[in-house]
Amino acid sequence: MSKTGVFIETTDQEIKQSVFGVISAAAAGGGEVTGFLLDGRADKYKDQLAACGVTELVALEAKDIDFSKSPQATGEALAKGATDFGISALLGVSSPTGNDVLARAAMALKAPLALDCMDVDFTANTVKKSHFSGKAVATLEMTGALFVCGIRPNSFEAVESPVTIKITPHTVEVENSDAIIVTEVQAADSSRKDLTEATVIISGGRPMASSDNFKILDECARKLDAVVGASRAAVDAGYAPHSMQVGQTGKIVSPKLYIGCGLSGSVQHFAGMKTSKVIVAINTDKDAPIFTKSDYGIIGDLFEVVPALTKELEKQG
Amino acid sequence: MRIYVCVKHVPDTAANIKIVGDAAYDTEVKYVANPYDEYGVEEAVSLVEKNKKGEVIAVCVGDKGAANTLKAVMAMGVHRSILIKTEDQFPGSDITAKALCKAITDDGGADLIFMGKQSVDGEGMQTPYRLAAEMGLPVATGIVAFSHGGETVNVQREIDGGAKELITIKTPCVLGAAKGLNEPRFPKLPAILKAKKKEIKEMDLADMGLTDQGQCRLKSLEPVQERSNAKILEGSTREIVASLVQILKEEEKVI
Ligand SMILES: Cc1cc2nc3c(=O)[nH]c(=O)nc-3n(C[C@H](O)[C@H](O)[C@H](O)COP(=O)(O)OP(=O)(O)OC[C@H]3O[C@@H](n4cnc5c(N)ncnc54)[C@H](O)[C@@H]3O)c2cc1C
Repeated sequence: MSKTGVFIETTDQEIKQSVFGVISAAAAGGGEVTGFLLDGRADKYKDQLAACGVTELVALEAKDIDFSKSPQATGEALAKGATDFGISALLGVSSPTGNDVLARAAMALKAPLALDCMDVDFTANTVKKSHFSGKAVATLEMTGALFVCGIRPNSFEAVESPVTIKITPHTVEVENSDAIIVTEVQAADSSRKDLTEATVIISGGRPMASSDNFKILDECARKLDAVVGASRAAVDAGYAPHSMQVGQTGKIVSPKLYIGCGLSGSVQHFAGMKTSKVIVAINTDKDAPIFTKSDYGIIGDLFEVVPALTKELEKQG
Repeated sequence: MRIYVCVKHVPDTAANIKIVGDAAYDTEVKYVANPYDEYGVEEAVSLVEKNKKGEVIAVCVGDKGAANTLKAVMAMGVHRSILIKTEDQFPGSDITAKALCKAITDDGGADLIFMGKQSVDGEGMQTPYRLAAEMGLPVATGIVAFSHGGETVNVQREIDGGAKELITIKTPCVLGAAKGLNEPRFPKLPAILKAKKKEIKEMDLADMGLTDQGQCRLKSLEPVQERSNAKILEGSTREIVASLVQILKEEEKVI
């Protein structure tokens, strides 16, 4: 049986939520799923991983190397693991870290690579991904014994599929180079959560008019368990940090629900969120282009509609 | 100091893309320099301006029309350009990297290489890694801050939720620029006129003696179906939000 490898990305000693969807995609592909872990906490994660179908968890280690400081060693270790365990497709989440590690692994493996994929077919060895800022979907065919693929967060639902899991510590030899070193990780200045993993997002555009006004979105977000995003116009005007920008030159997101408040509906903004399941637009202008690309529209002032929505959610509990 | 900037000639993100045949599109659209590459251009040019010495060379794998994109980045301050000609808009990151590597090496070799973290047409996100692998250099992409320290450079890359990684890389190295790195300049007329006279050295990709592994092939392109008109919710604000919550909860089941 073919074996699919999944890079188990962790942050702050937790498995990244979207990793589970990737595991489910791998399990649905028919092969056995082997997880590759680089943070050494196999015991902590094993039950969660077994629950969604990981049959073997490979805990990679390399002598004298701190993977958190060496992205190159991380990629090379993952590549060695994939080779040593006979993997035919290596998957991970297309997050900033996931993309970086997968790309470095693919280079070490001299393997084909596709990042930010929305679908993958393990029989045909094809993936589907966006081209032209979300205006087209490309099918790419990968050749060779092994391909590497990053999956856009939230592209696959995590499904339970319990199996028994085996933990295999595995030491690999990789070069201990100081050509590239992570010297520090600076936490985000805001308390806001990560957009790319969010299942509900509420975003504000240019008419937010100040960073203070984003509070009304924060309040609504708390009720919706949502993360707050922004358009580039709002970011460039200084109302929100760049890390909140959704779109072509910002974050690519795929939540279940996207509520756009005061967005015109630009191609570049939609490039980052059009794969959302449901899009709701709030805009004062009935002719705003966003109303032609959303599922539900509310013609109204966001400063009235958003607080009313917050209240309604509060009422319904 | 010699800095190379890799630039792709891509359809404007606002352009309407019409798919023709299985895996092609109507190329009669407006083309621009890949927006991410412009951050790389700006960083390279301003570094040379600050040091008051050095040269910035743009390298592009693209068709004849790419000369216009090269003129545009030369108007931003790039000194000269190399155009590696191919008719294929998606030659594959493997062959692209090999061609860029050969052109840069033959031209004298780099102290630094900037490029965008991804192109806005193929969205491959991997050419920096492939070029670095070809050249045997370290690489980092998604760079939002850069400072040059001679033997090393310090960069920042944004990771999850706005957190940042601070990275030190030995030079020469390959850096993939992201938005936030700088504000690319808008060239003024004299700079645009001057750029017209700058050198573009042309060569053909087919003549470079490179073999394409063809590991990843574009099989088909399909247009994405846009949503049709939104269902407009009517009534008073209170009625509207009540019906929205009900729809999201009961019909769509997304909250
Ligand atoms: C290369 C490139 C990359 C880009 N990348 C991105 C990107 O990543 N993300 C991104 O977002 N943009 C991006 N842009 C910019 C994009 O083209 C638009 O300019 C931007 O998205 C517009 O932001 P907006 O919708 O907030 O503002 P506007 O276009 O100004 O729209 C504001 C809307 O709010 C409505 N409005 C006004 N007041 C209210 C109110 N009180 N209540 C409700 N509605 C109100 C108006 O009717 C209008 O429709 C990019 C552009 C380029 C060229």
